[in-house]
Amino acid sequence: MDEKVTITINGKPYRVDLDQTIMEAADSCGYHIPRLCYHPKLSIEGACRVCIVEVEGMKNYIASCAYPLFDGMKIHTNTKEIRQARRDIVELLLDNHPEDCHVCERDGNCELQRLAYAMGIRHRHFAGERKHYHKDLSSTSVIRDPDKCILCGRCVRMCTEIQGVNALGQANRGFNTVVMPAYDMPFAESVCTTCGQCINVCPTASFVEKNHTQELFAKLNDDSLVKVAQIAPSVRAAIGEGFGLPPGKNMEGQTVAALRKLGFNYVFDTQFSADLTILEEASEFLERVQEKGKLPMITSCSSAWMKYMEQFYPDLIENISTCKSPMSMGSAIIKTHFAEQIKVDPKNIVSVAIMCCTAKKYEARRPELMVNGMQATDIVAVTREIVWMIKSAGIDFLNIKPEEFDSPMGMSSGAGTIFGVTGGVMEAALRTAYELYTGETLVDIELSSIRGFDGIKVGSITMDGKEIRVAVANGLGNAHNLLEIVRKDPERYHFIEIMGCPGGCIGGGGQPYAAANSIPLDTGCLKARAEALYSNDRKKTIRRSHDNPEIQRLYKEFLGRPLSKKSHELLHTHYKPHEPRGIASRKIRAI
Amino acid sequence: MSKKYIITICDGTGCIQKDNAAIRKILEQQLKEHNLTNDVRVNLSGCLGMCDKGPIVVINPGYTIYGNVTTNDIPEIVEEHIVKGKPLARLAIQEDHLYNRFFRIFGDAKFFGKQMRIALRNCGIIDPENIDDYLSLRGYEALAKVLTDMTPKQVIEEVKLSGLRGRGGAGFPTGVKWQITARAGSPNSPRSASDEKYVICNADEGDPGAFMDRSAIEGDPHTVLEGMIIGGYAIGAKQGIVYIRAEYPLAVRRLEKAIADAREHGFLGKNILGSDFSFDIDIRLGAGAFVCGEETALIRSIEGGRGMPRPRPPYPSVEGLFGKPTLINNVETWANIPVVILDSGKWFSTVGTERSKGTKVFALAGMVVNTGLIEVPMGTTLREIIYDIGGGIPNNKEFKAVQTGGPSGGCLPAKYLDTPVDYESLAKAGSIMGSGGMIVIDHDSCMVDIAKYFLEFTQNESCGKCTPCREGTKRMLDILIKITEGKGEMYDIENLERLGNMIKKASLCGLGQSAPNPVLSTILNFREEYEEHVKDKKCRAGVCKQLLTYEITDKCVGCGACKKVCPVVAITGTTKAKHIIDQNKCIKCGACFSKCKFDAIIKK
Repeated sequence: MDEKVTITINGKPYRVDLDQTIMEAADSCGYHIPRLCYHPKLSIEGACRVCIVEVEGMKNYIASCAYPLFDGMKIHTNTKEIRQARRDIVELLLDNHPEDCHVCERDGNCELQRLAYAMGIRHRHFAGERKHYHKDLSSTSVIRDPDKCILCGRCVRMCTEIQGVNALGQANRGFNTVVMPAYDMPFAESVCTTCGQCINVCPTASFVEKNHTQELFAKLNDDSLVKVAQIAPSVRAAIGEGFGLPPGKNMEGQTVAALRKLGFNYVFDTQFSADLTILEEASEFLERVQEKGKLPMITSCSSAWMKYMEQFYPDLIENISTCKSPMSMGSAIIKTHFAEQIKVDPKNIVSVAIMCCTAKKYEARRPELMVNGMQATDIVAVTREIVWMIKSAGIDFLNIKPEEFDSPMGMSSGAGTIFGVTGGVMEAALRTAYELYTGETLVDIELSSIRGFDGIKVGSITMDGKEIRVAVANGLGNAHNLLEIVRKDPERYHFIEIMGCPGGCIGGGGQPYAAANSIPLDTGCLKARAEALYSNDRKKTIRRSHDNPEIQRLYKEFLGRPLSKKSHELLHTHYKPHEPRGIASRKIRAI
Repeated sequence: MSKKYIITICDGTGCIQKDNAAIRKILEQQLKEHNLTNDVRVNLSGCLGMCDKGPIVVINPGYTIYGNVTTNDIPEIVEEHIVKGKPLARLAIQEDHLYNRFFRIFGDAKFFGKQMRIALRNCGIIDPENIDDYLSLRGYEALAKVLTDMTPKQVIEEVKLSGLRGRGGAGFPTGVKWQITARAGSPNSPRSASDEKYVICNADEGDPGAFMDRSAIEGDPHTVLEGMIIGGYAIGAKQGIVYIRAEYPLAVRRLEKAIADAREHGFLGKNILGSDFSFDIDIRLGAGAFVCGEETALIRSIEGGRGMPRPRPPYPSVEGLFGKPTLINNVETWANIPVVILDSGKWFSTVGTERSKGTKVFALAGMVVNTGLIEVPMGTTLREIIYDIGGGIPNNKEFKAVQTGGPSGGCLPAKYLDTPVDYESLAKAGSIMGSGGMIVIDHDSCMVDIAKYFLEFTQNESCGKCTPCREGTKRMLDILIKITEGKGEMYDIENLERLGNMIKKASLCGLGQSAPNPVLSTILNFREEYEEHVKDKKCRAGVCKQLLTYEITDKCVGCGACKKVCPVVAITGTTKAKHIIDQNKCIKCGACFSKCKFDAIIKK
């Protein structure tokens, strides 16, 4: 519908589309109505009441995020009364919020703080009882701090509507309302998949990642240890945002240099391990195709997805690729082959993964991923943690001279690069699988049908006359929708990629917070980060994992061939059902 | 077989609490002993409304009402009234108030004459668990009429003509709501293309002290069902749901029985009364959240979510339960529908005032002689309700205020006593009709304390979703507590007004939008009491403990009883000499005050 209506905003007439809310219309006319609980990707909550406006003829103030337009509507966004009421509302939020901005993780990056500043609130008005709860530190990945919660409900909506996990909900009433997992269970025992999307959308610091920076600093200062880092593909596409750069600047060289300055002895690339994953995964897929194994095969790189699958889709365990994630493959090689090469006892190697992902902190502790009785990845630090560490170490990140990764795990193909974007694993795997299956090189390697940010994308490729149908889902809610199709029609697809976070790893729960004038998980931001990886892929001369000479050398010197005994021992694993307490079966509504 | 007497025992919740079961047992025993079982029929009925005088026994013919009946009275009643035919003056309720008239009207059989009971017309008359009783009083006749003689459009026109407005509190014209819901989903309404629709009865009565819906369902569940079926026919729905709180087990049980009986008689289910209209009703139990009386929160609760309201529009009429057009009305509204159909909307519109038609049920409570359930025509004044029906204030005390509309309503002082009860007049006076709570307040109550009580309720019952209601009412409550503790400042009263007005205008749902009403209306009408608390640190009603002082006067004989009972040893004095209270130690528990036999201790 493109019906137009005439409205007036603050006395000025505008001709706008009818089919939108007051807020959307005001945005298009250059009025940015202050807002807090609103998020364009989530349902309308109408909870914070910060975006109220006056509409002539209406007794009450109207929440502009929720109210549709009508012809002749006379809207006032900035009267004395509205400004005062808005200010009162933000003051009320502040009055039940800890006064500890200067020691808060979101200091300088907090939507409530920004709003209070913009409203001109310089002192507190209604001081009174303030809520106090204990922090929930039980999770490996996400800390829940209800004291800082302003009950905007974004986390609840994210967890329910986008992720389909339903780990969070409001409980209790009135002043005692609090967001918590069911039955106030510790986060660690809840159905939380540790994806960290609640952190991404939280306007304050009610959800933050479990911080491992102090532990990491201590290791970096220990000269008896060999400190090895690996960097996930999407970290380099977003880390610049932590230093004030716009999204989409690839800061690979700067990150490598900064990590060396922080004290790492070796800086490797998770993209190398991604290439390794592709060789294993593509081979596994072809084995399943040729030997009539369980299909569709579903990727297993995303840690949040793995926990989600164990909890809600244990019936699909046989369909899950046995490949470990690139991080865990990389760490396994570091603690075995690499340790041998540099002649260091693997016990004296600290394997650190710099990830975009809070769920990797959970993955690192999984007993299934142990290598020779050791935790393969010792510490996982997310992009945000590394940003602070670089800042606190006084490293001039923006002006630092870019450096190259160390060998042997520093070289990667374009296929490894695009792992960070939804559809990338599938694209990379097909580039290799095609060649392994047909013996010919895939010419048109950019599979546009599975690129982009649609929730579920499907495509197909023909290999020697055999049609391979593939599907890609990003965000766990979309994964749910796709898997419901698979449960009903297992034959429909041969190969499925699932990424737990919206947009894939580039939208991970550990990425820098949205900048002051932008929205968390804004599609424009995700697109820019994705483009940073796609353009990197295009620039590379080696764009297929199996063409990576360092990978070839690793197989020659150490692993033998894909799916060899050694590969199985180090690079593959099996998952077990992990049905959450009190949940026998569940259904979420279509998103 | 004709009976000489019909003895009706009230089986409302109040009388059940007072063990009417034992009375029935003894009565039946006595009748057997006197060999009267063939001459006397013993009935149970729903709430008669005279809850303060329960257990109630009514003997017909003669409309003799016995109150405060105990098991010991039964042999006397049987002996004197049934055997000798002489009503027992000792127990009979003589006052000529509503209840007696109510029975006379029914005795005259002028069923829809000038009586006041429309929604509650059968309550107290019929056995609510017996569908035949309902049928004998024209039950389901309206449904039959609708199905045989009227199109859905005509039904809606009839309801519009009646002028009936929503009895849940907001007073939205019922017919208009029906029309919107009927049109939703049709090709000229783009929003939802589905033909699936729902009908909901909102029986989530949550106001403290309100029991209108409960008594209506307990007393006459079929009329609510009949109203809903007619509503379903009018808008084209196939499924109805009664959302009722689990705290009303008796109402739920009777409703369940009524639904089962209605199904058995073909009033519910496939092809009702042989027509091509099919409709069924289910019950959903609520867990007692006040906010679930708000329609969008109620719908969310039925859907299985946490009962939190959502912004409107879209209204439930367009997008309601499971996103489908939903007609949601309150119990009392539904109970009016069969009358509107049978006796015409035109007749209905002759009752009441110009803009508020029909009658309204109130739960009369507080400092009034006759507490209970009443139904009066719109336009009856507060004075008539409180003094004529309610019998005035007990112990010859003076009227101070009346609180209408439950925790969302306001407190009206004596100058508003001649306000007629209708939607507009009450709103103009600064209160609301609400769902029908009415609490009478005398001079023993402190208005600041009353405001605090209601605000505490709404703050506890706030769903916690929107900031003004969740945080704002908490801050208002903080301020009120401060004032009642004698720590208030004059700016606190201004802050209360400013916050209150902001919360009213900025909150998401009706709960928040009305939560400040008790505070704002008491500030408006009893400002001097607030100022006394703040400036003089005085509570004139002697309610706010922190502002009280207990003192011992010269009447003290030095008996020492007060000294013994004081829990904090604040009282000193030797025997036979005047005692003294140490004000620094005193915790104002009032134990000494109640203990003193000589009225020597005074509250100040």
